[in-house]
Amino acid sequence: MSWKDYIKQNMFPLFTCSGCTHGTVTNAFVRVADELKLDKDKTVIVCAIGCAGRIPTFLDFPVLRVTHGRALAFATGIKLSRPDVKVIALMGDGDALAIGGNHFIHAARRNIDITAIVSRNEIYGMTGGQYAPTTPPGARATTAPYGMLEPAFDTCKVAEGAGATYVARSDAYHVQHLQRTLKAALQHKGFAVVEVLTSCPTQFGRRNNLADPAKMLERIKEMTVTKAQAEKMTPEELAGKFVIGEFVNTSRPELTDIYAQAFAGMGV
Amino acid sequence: MGRSFHIEINTKWCKNCGICLAFCPQKVFTWDEKQRIVISYPEKCTGCLLCEYRCPDLAIEVRKVEEEESHE
Ligand SMILES: Cc1ncc(C[n+]2csc(CCOP(=O)(O)OP(=O)(O)O)c2C)c(N)n1
Ligand code: SF4
Ligand code: SF4
Repeated sequence: MSWKDYIKQNMFPLFTCSGCTHGTVTNAFVRVADELKLDKDKTVIVCAIGCAGRIPTFLDFPVLRVTHGRALAFATGIKLSRPDVKVIALMGDGDALAIGGNHFIHAARRNIDITAIVSRNEIYGMTGGQYAPTTPPGARATTAPYGMLEPAFDTCKVAEGAGATYVARSDAYHVQHLQRTLKAALQHKGFAVVEVLTSCPTQFGRRNNLADPAKMLERIKEMTVTKAQAEKMTPEELAGKFVIGEFVNTSRPELTDIYAQAFAGMGV
Repeated sequence: MGRSFHIEINTKWCKNCGICLAFCPQKVFTWDEKQRIVISYPEKCTGCLLCEYRCPDLAIEVRKVEEEESHE
């Protein structure tokens, strides 16, 4: 087996724009899938709508594609009915945190054994560049022509606050770190969240003087700091930066185990 | 001794985004006159695999060339 066995090669090239680093997450994901030898008969990928949500349809797994924002709702159903199956939700930031924000916090609260990978390109790519709850203050979007006026979500803090037992951030520039992080998340038992900073040269870049894919990735390189670097920085220096690394790695009772235990011996 | 890494770009999948070119530590890639990626200095490749891992279109493969193959 190689990573190529985890993609539908006959569907390639990807539909994405040139330099869309959602594809870099896919790249890392399939390598890690190969490294962990994920069993395709025992793994389900759930995705929804958006550019990040469409890419998983190019993966050679059982893939369930559902309504926008509902990847985790369907993933929860699959996991509860088949606790023996590994369930992975691949989402965009709008998908996971705007329309899907409710499912996101409750999946975390329940600590259901699902790996949630959120590609944060800070915009709604597929629908033409509307702002997302992750759009950085000041950035231009079709719905923020004078620059984004609202603050953005810190996905990792939301996940941690809601009870996720694995929370980490990585990005499309630090690709080896990205692979290590996805590997750890996929091996975690409980609700695991990885936010990956990605770049959308088309809908974010073009409006923000970053249409060149390499420049967009350079921006990610510049806005990320490791936990060790962050510890030595002042709050002013940290403004606008994203810390990459693991924030939570703990364990507590997992939802399907709780259910199994509650109904053990009751014949249900 | 010949070069020890073979780089291949799947031109059917590559979208010439330039990410491999911009971030290759050895500056192995260049643009041609039509803004397409060219593997110009493969002999400089150290096999770090960063282009292969960063490519958003899964279009690059870097492979170690076995000793015998490299005696060209
Ligand atoms: C119920 C519903 N509401 C809204 C939409 C329109 N819509 C499609 S994709 C999308 C957001 C895409 O942004 P994101 O999830 O961040 O993914 P990206 O395309 O940026 O990867 C929206 C609002 C929809 N398809 N369905
Ligand atoms: S619109 Fe943005 S997110 Fe969608 S494929 Fe293009 S670059 Fe990627
Ligand atoms: S990173 Fe990939 S898609 Fe982009 S130019 Fe290089 S080979 Fe082509």
